[in-house]
Amino acid sequence: MKNPYRTQKIAFFFLFLATLLIVIPVGLIVVVIIQKGFPAINWQFLSDIPRQGMRAGGIFPAIIGTIYLVTGAIIFALPIGLLAAIYLSEYSKDNLLTRLIKLAIVNLAGVPSVVYGLFGLALFVVFFKFGASIVSGSLTLGIMILPVIITTSREALESVPYSFREVSLSLGASKWQTIRHIVLPNAIPGILTGTILGLGRAAGETAPILFTVAAFYLPQLPHSIFDQAMALPYHLYVISTQVPNVDEKIRYGTAFVLLALVLFMNLVAIIIRYKFRKKKKW
Amino acid sequence: MVKFEIHDLNIWFGSAHAIKQVNMEVQSNEILSVIGPSNSGKTTFLRALNRLNELNVNYKITGAVELEREDVRGIEIEELRRKVGMVFALPLPLPLSIFDNVAYGIRIHGEKGKEKIEEKVEETLKQAYLWEEVKDRLSESAFKLSGGQQQRLCIARTLAVGPEVILFDEPCSGLDPISTAKVEDAMVKLKEKFTIVLVTNNVKQAARVGDKTAFFLSGELVELNKTDRIFTAPKDKRTDGYIRGKFG
Repeated sequence: MKNPYRTQKIAFFFLFLATLLIVIPVGLIVVVIIQKGFPAINWQFLSDIPRQGMRAGGIFPAIIGTIYLVTGAIIFALPIGLLAAIYLSEYSKDNLLTRLIKLAIVNLAGVPSVVYGLFGLALFVVFFKFGASIVSGSLTLGIMILPVIITTSREALESVPYSFREVSLSLGASKWQTIRHIVLPNAIPGILTGTILGLGRAAGETAPILFTVAAFYLPQLPHSIFDQAMALPYHLYVISTQVPNVDEKIRYGTAFVLLALVLFMNLVAIIIRYKFRKKKKW
Repeated sequence: MVKFEIHDLNIWFGSAHAIKQVNMEVQSNEILSVIGPSNSGKTTFLRALNRLNELNVNYKITGAVELEREDVRGIEIEELRRKVGMVFALPLPLPLSIFDNVAYGIRIHGEKGKEKIEEKVEETLKQAYLWEEVKDRLSESAFKLSGGQQQRLCIARTLAVGPEVILFDEPCSGLDPISTAKVEDAMVKLKEKFTIVLVTNNVKQAARVGDKTAFFLSGELVELNKTDRIFTAPKDKRTDGYIRGKFG
């Protein structure tokens, strides 16, 4: 193994293999779901309520439910997460307490989602008496994605060069003006990345909505945010395991729609991020 | 007229004693060059004048820096930094267009009138000898300018907020001789209206532009005198050794 060229080749091979091992399952999932799910997609499937005990009809209420939940979660989590990230990266002093807080936030991202579900049940459904409702579900999902948003936003803020802040302050700008006009605009792409990650997670999780909002079968649209709602991941779980004799096409069709919805939301965020990156002047 | 009076100034960063018992004055409308080897406290001294040292957490100061007989710690920090502008060692444009770089400071100090801002931007770019080179490309990114142009843009940006004093922290350390000459020309012209403190590693630059020169060594002010006195007949032999290039 003295030949550095050969060592390098072997290293490259293993690195490539590792990459391939990631790409293949992802590719397979997408291919299988498209192959099996796409034939189910038609206008009725997307716009009709479920019929015949969810064995026919469409999944429109579940789509709407998921959109409500994700939107609610982002509306709740993004402002709070961003403000917390600004405080932690720009204002808080570096001491044992803030280091513990940062560590706790990072670790919260790893808490199993079913624990968030139980927490949401205790806090929002029972204690605040919101009942099983879109509000409860959104807030639970929001709390679940907060750590991701805080951590990525903090990293985005901290990656803005220190010299920009120094220049701004030296011109007589206040700390807040510096954050508002110099730091924040340059951190937006990174913050959006965190939001994308959070969005995808909120749309796909079943456990947090299980106790807080999701309806087993509710063939109508929610009238207010205090109503229960169907949601795609839970609906998928129901028709795959709880209801016998559901056509495979419908199951994979639902999975396809969920996947497409998440990808679409990601795409929107990616486009926004791209626009901001292009404006970036350094 | 005396612009800055410094009394018994001591500065520490943690346990490092960066400035030791400095007493001096800075006269208005002249260029004071500050020379000395690295780690002699030049930049720390400079950043004490606009309180930029305070960004450092372990910073401790005793004694007083007075701007026109008022302790700088008693002046609101935004107002102090508006009055005492700073140009950094490396050209540091903000990630904005050329125009917005200069307009930034004007805007944060509350000016909203579009025409007034445009006027001020043009005026200060002219003062920094940059207007002719950039007047047709004001909306381009400031990062597209050459290093020397960027540094003159930074000077214009500093001028735009209406300072009385301009601190230059080795402003030519990253520039070629021609760009350096342009920046120096700008400085000499600017002293008619402003007080200038120039920290420089380039002894010749101090000799070229400074009315007075201060020599710092290990945080102490060794000697402060008219530039031609310092360079022809220094009183302290450490000053003599440094300007002859014996150490540093």
